[in-house]
Amino acid sequence: MMTNPVGRITQGQFSYLPDLTDAEISLQIEYGLGKGYAWSVEYTDDPHPRNTYWEMFGIPLFDLKDAAGVMMEVQSCRKTFPGHYIRLMAFDSTRGVESIVMSFIVNRPDEEPGFGLRRQESHGRTIRYTVHSYATDLPEAERGTR
Amino acid sequence: MAAPLYQIPGQQAPSPAASDPGVDCMTNARPDGAANTGPDGAASALTVSDVLAQSRAYAVIDELERDLIGLAPVKGRIRDIAALLVIDKLRTNMGLQAHAPSLHMSFTGNPGTGKTTVALRMAEILHRLGYVRKGHMVAVTRDDLVGQYIGHTAPKTKEVLKKAMGGVLFIDEAYYLYRPENERDYGQEAIEILLQVMENQRDDLVVILAGYKDRMDAFFRSNPGMSSRIAHHLDFPDYLPEDLQQIAQRMLQQMQYRLSDSGVAALHDYIPLRMRQPHFANARSIRNALDRARLRQANRLFAEKGRQLTRDELMTIEGEDLRASRVFS
Repeated sequence: MMTNPVGRITQGQFSYLPDLTDAEISLQIEYGLGKGYAWSVEYTDDPHPRNTYWEMFGIPLFDLKDAAGVMMEVQSCRKTFPGHYIRLMAFDSTRGVESIVMSFIVNRPDEEPGFGLRRQESHGRTIRYTVHSYATDLPEAERGTR
Repeated sequence: MAAPLYQIPGQQAPSPAASDPGVDCMTNARPDGAANTGPDGAASALTVSDVLAQSRAYAVIDELERDLIGLAPVKGRIRDIAALLVIDKLRTNMGLQAHAPSLHMSFTGNPGTGKTTVALRMAEILHRLGYVRKGHMVAVTRDDLVGQYIGHTAPKTKEVLKKAMGGVLFIDEAYYLYRPENERDYGQEAIEILLQVMENQRDDLVVILAGYKDRMDAFFRSNPGMSSRIAHHLDFPDYLPEDLQQIAQRMLQQMQYRLSDSGVAALHDYIPLRMRQPHFANARSIRNALDRARLRQANRLFAEKGRQLTRDELMTIEGEDLRASRVFS
C-alpha cells in the first residue's frame, strides 16, 4: 500500500512542503540565529526514522552572527555528499532546554527509495513488523551516488 | 522543483516602516534574490538626505568626525565610500544597476594611529548603509587563521570566516600570514582561502587588513592577488603634537579625569619629548602616559591619609603627576 504517494521522506520541519530554496533556508537560519540557537549540519545515507543520530558535518557552528556562514557549511556539505540526506539542526543552549529545537532537511537524493514493511512470523500466530530502509540495500560505498 | 505556494516574508514589497536596516536586508541581498530593492525599507528614498535619514549613517559619520582627531585622509575616504553607497542605493531605487562595490580595505600606519578604532567604526557605518548585514567586527591575528599542522589551517580559517559573515573581518598584522623564509608555512593556505571568499562572497563580508606600512607593502608585493582584490588602501598618518594633546584631553574626559592648568602645560611639554624617544606608539603611548600619571596622582592623594578629599581633587591630574615621568629627566 502506498501511504506516501510523493515518495519523499517526511522528517523534521517543512518536509511536506516543496524543497526550500537557499533564500528560504537562509531566512530560517536567520530566525534561529535571532533566537540564539547554534546551527549544525548533519548528513546520512540511511533515512530510517529510528536513525536519530546522523553523521555530523564538521563541528556545530557556535558564535555565528549571519546566515551566510551556515550556508557556506551547507554548500560544502552538499558538494561533498550530493546524493545524501542533509539536515540543518538548531541547538538551544538555554539552561533547562539544552536540546535541538529546529531540524529540517536541506538536501535529499534525486531518487528516494523509501521504506518497506517486513513481516516476520514468530511463535504461534505472532507477527513482528520491521520498517526496512531500502537505501541500506546497497553497500555503503554505493549509497548516495546518483 | 515547483515554485513554492507560500509567501516568503520580506521578499515582495518590504514594508517601508522597517526601522532597522539590518533586519530584512538579508532577504534581498541573497545572490538569487530577484528584486534587489535596497537593503532596507529605503525603496522610496529619492534624495541623498532621504537615504541618510533612513539609514542613520550620517550620525556615525558625524560621530567619527567628532571623536577621531586628525586622520584627515582617512575620514575623507570614509566619506567617499559612504557617498558611493548612498548613491548606489538611490540608483537601485531608480531601477538602475548598482554593483556592490568591493570594499575590502587595508589600513596601514604606525602603531597607535587608530586602525582598530576606525575598523570598528567602519563596521558600524557599513551596517547603517546596509552594505554588511550585521555590522559586527571579528578581530583576528595569524594565530586564529593559521594551523599548527597539515590540514589544520583550512578548517580554522573557514571557522573564522563563518563567524565574520555579515560583518567585518579585521586581520591585525596581516603580513605575518606570509612568511617567505619558510616555504612550507601554512600561512599561504590561509591567504588562498581568504582570497577565494573575498572574491566570491563580497556581499557577505568585508575584510580589513591592518599593519605597519613598510611590512604591509612588502606583503602586498609578494601577494599581488591580495593587493588587487583590495580596493581601498588607507594610510593612517602619524598624529601631530596638537592632535595628541586633544586625544589626551578626550581620553581623560572619558575616564572622568581632567587636567589642571599646570597639567595642561606639563602635557604640552611632555608630548614632543616623548615623540623623540624610541618605541613611540602615538595615541597608545599617550594613553600609557596618562595611566602612569593616574598612578602618581593616586599615590600623591594616598599620602594624605587624614584629609577628606574633594571630588575635584579626585578628578584632577596636576602638572607634578606628569612631570615625574622619566621623559623629563
